[in-house]
Amino acid sequence: MKRFAGFVIKEFLHIFRDYRTMVILFGIPVAQILIFGFVITNEIRDVDLAVLDMSRDEETRGITERVEASGYFTIQKRLESPGEIEAVLRSGTARAVIVFGQRFAERLPGEDKAQIQIVADASDPNTATLVTNYLNAIFTSYEMELVKPSPVPHLIETQERMVYNPNMEGVYMFVPGTMAMILMLICAMMTSITIAREKETGTMETLLVSPLRPFQIIAGKITPYIVLSFINAITILLLSYFVFGLPVHGSLVLLLAQCLLYTVMALSLGILISTVSNNQVTAMMISMFTLMIPTILLSGFIYPVENMPPLLQWLSYIMPPRYFIEIIKNIMIKGTGILFVWQQTLVIAAMTVVFVGASVLNFKVRLE
Amino acid sequence: MRIVWFIVEKEFRQIFRNRMMLPFIFLMPIFLLVVLVNAATLDLRRIDVALVDNDLSQTSLRLTGKFEASDIFYIPRAYTSLEDAFDRLQEGSVDMVLNIPAGFERKILREEGAQVQILIDAINALSAGLINYHSQAVVADMNRELLTGVTPESAGAGAPAIEVSHRQWYNPEMDYRIFMYPGILVILVTIVGMFLTAVNIVREKEAGTIEQLNVTPVRKYHFIMGKLIPFWIIGMFEIAFGLLFGALLYNVPVEGSLFLVFLSGAVFLFLVLGLGLFLSIISTRQQQVMFLTWFFMLVFILMSGIFTPVESMPGWAQQVNVINPFAYLIRVFRMIMLKGAELAEVQGDLISMAIFAFIVLTSATLLYRKTAAG
Repeated sequence: MKRFAGFVIKEFLHIFRDYRTMVILFGIPVAQILIFGFVITNEIRDVDLAVLDMSRDEETRGITERVEASGYFTIQKRLESPGEIEAVLRSGTARAVIVFGQRFAERLPGEDKAQIQIVADASDPNTATLVTNYLNAIFTSYEMELVKPSPVPHLIETQERMVYNPNMEGVYMFVPGTMAMILMLICAMMTSITIAREKETGTMETLLVSPLRPFQIIAGKITPYIVLSFINAITILLLSYFVFGLPVHGSLVLLLAQCLLYTVMALSLGILISTVSNNQVTAMMISMFTLMIPTILLSGFIYPVENMPPLLQWLSYIMPPRYFIEIIKNIMIKGTGILFVWQQTLVIAAMTVVFVGASVLNFKVRLE
Repeated sequence: MRIVWFIVEKEFRQIFRNRMMLPFIFLMPIFLLVVLVNAATLDLRRIDVALVDNDLSQTSLRLTGKFEASDIFYIPRAYTSLEDAFDRLQEGSVDMVLNIPAGFERKILREEGAQVQILIDAINALSAGLINYHSQAVVADMNRELLTGVTPESAGAGAPAIEVSHRQWYNPEMDYRIFMYPGILVILVTIVGMFLTAVNIVREKEAGTIEQLNVTPVRKYHFIMGKLIPFWIIGMFEIAFGLLFGALLYNVPVEGSLFLVFLSGAVFLFLVLGLGLFLSIISTRQQQVMFLTWFFMLVFILMSGIFTPVESMPGWAQQVNVINPFAYLIRVFRMIMLKGAELAEVQGDLISMAIFAFIVLTSATLLYRKTAAG
């Protein structure tokens, strides 16, 4: 045990001595969470539109004003002829063009319907769908108001309640995702690269000939990083609470415990990566390709997992951040307890065991 | 010029000697590209609903029937109490609760105005907005039927009606993959190129082999070019392969000129590889340069508009994109490939990238000290 303690102290000294790297390790997560928290959002806000109004009457003006007042759209340009549509869409001046058909107000009450066409730039289908839906909703509500004879007789009204996020804020979605991604990458990269470095510079040999067991070496390597990562996790939590106004409705202790478990999992994954790579560049590349891009795309960080094709949904089950994001949302936003997240917690714990086990096995192989 | 080629040859040998790296340089990017491009959709496929129908009348059944008849709502089961249904929302097994209170039909018949309650899990505000939109559409449809007493098919006379039609330009099938493909391709090519160049010089510093290069008559710009060209060639190959696979597997179009696509790719690679070299020259350890590169890359990627629309970002973030290489290239690639843009429409962005690349490479050359100790 004393031997082990000595080893851990050595590891601590190693880390704290390299002051430039320390600044990077603590500075990067703070900068990233601040940038991404403010920047990443897929809300529809001030989307540029153009209007081609071939009627120019009361009703079309009314609808156009309604569109502008919604806050989702800015009318960038009023077109004079259909020939101009191509130019505004192609240059990106507008994401969509609203075209009002001829004799709009005149046709409205009559049998031949009044025409509106939405011409959307669908090269970005995600935004195009949103824009079209939002516009449709505005048109429908306008239409319903025309239909409705003033004292409402027999209509169904909906009372919608946006549970957990009444103000529909984008940060509720993106801050947990950003936390999961940053912690995962920082932790895995720290351990994988430092151990690969020892291999590269040859100092690993010294450790291997010492009487420490593989498990002790791995545990000793992880311990200082647990401290570092936990500080990072707390910093990120503080920022998301104070800067982005994310609530902590559930138990703080449970939240911290989950962060701890997640960082230990990520650190052991880093160790596993280091045992299979022969130098720092390889360790880095493995971390990037197996962690960064899949974390962004498969964990539900930006794109909800339920919308993906079945094969990818299945793949997302092996992505640890997926579970962590669910846990974080449950504890912080929904305010649920361990009863609601025990399955996700077990998965992360099991992953940790597998990663540590596999690293120990790989270590032995290298000793022979 | 011959000197540059010697360095290029040396670098290529070193790249191919590390067998473990080869799959990560050549196979992984293409594999990830082809698989992961399918993930990038915001399209709602299904909305699971927990139904609480305390009215159980003909009208309430008609309303729930309408929800079920749309191909997006699924009502796996009905609950008798709102608490039970809310628990399903809490545990995340449904996206929405539809609550029809008792007396629903009676109120409609008495023309008092009936209410239904819709509770939506809004943690993902965007999906919540879409769910709300779809449910409002169903209810509006029902309202129209109740008002006119007819189904939409036979409707027409009497009520004011607006007919909304849609046209989707540039991507009529609304295939999100052809939109995402160029973006993800650029990310993967950059990960490979930028990391390898960034680590390259630091690695030689750490190993001490840089001394040997420093004592040769190789000039500074020879050295920079020699370090850059191998990764530039690899990057160009990967763009070519990526486009080929994209065309074969997903019909990713190149509406504009293929030459223009490669020209912008070439300028972009000079820029990002130059940035990699620049970081490499100012760092002392591989770990530092890796974290720095990762930081800049992630910030550039997530701010570029690849995954989320640029217009939704705050103004200052859009300003920052003036120095974001990804933002330029993504815009240019999408313009050329999807909209068939010509040189005149993208030359502004190309020139900006070229100027930026020139600045970065010049400063890298100037900062590199052959005489520096270690």
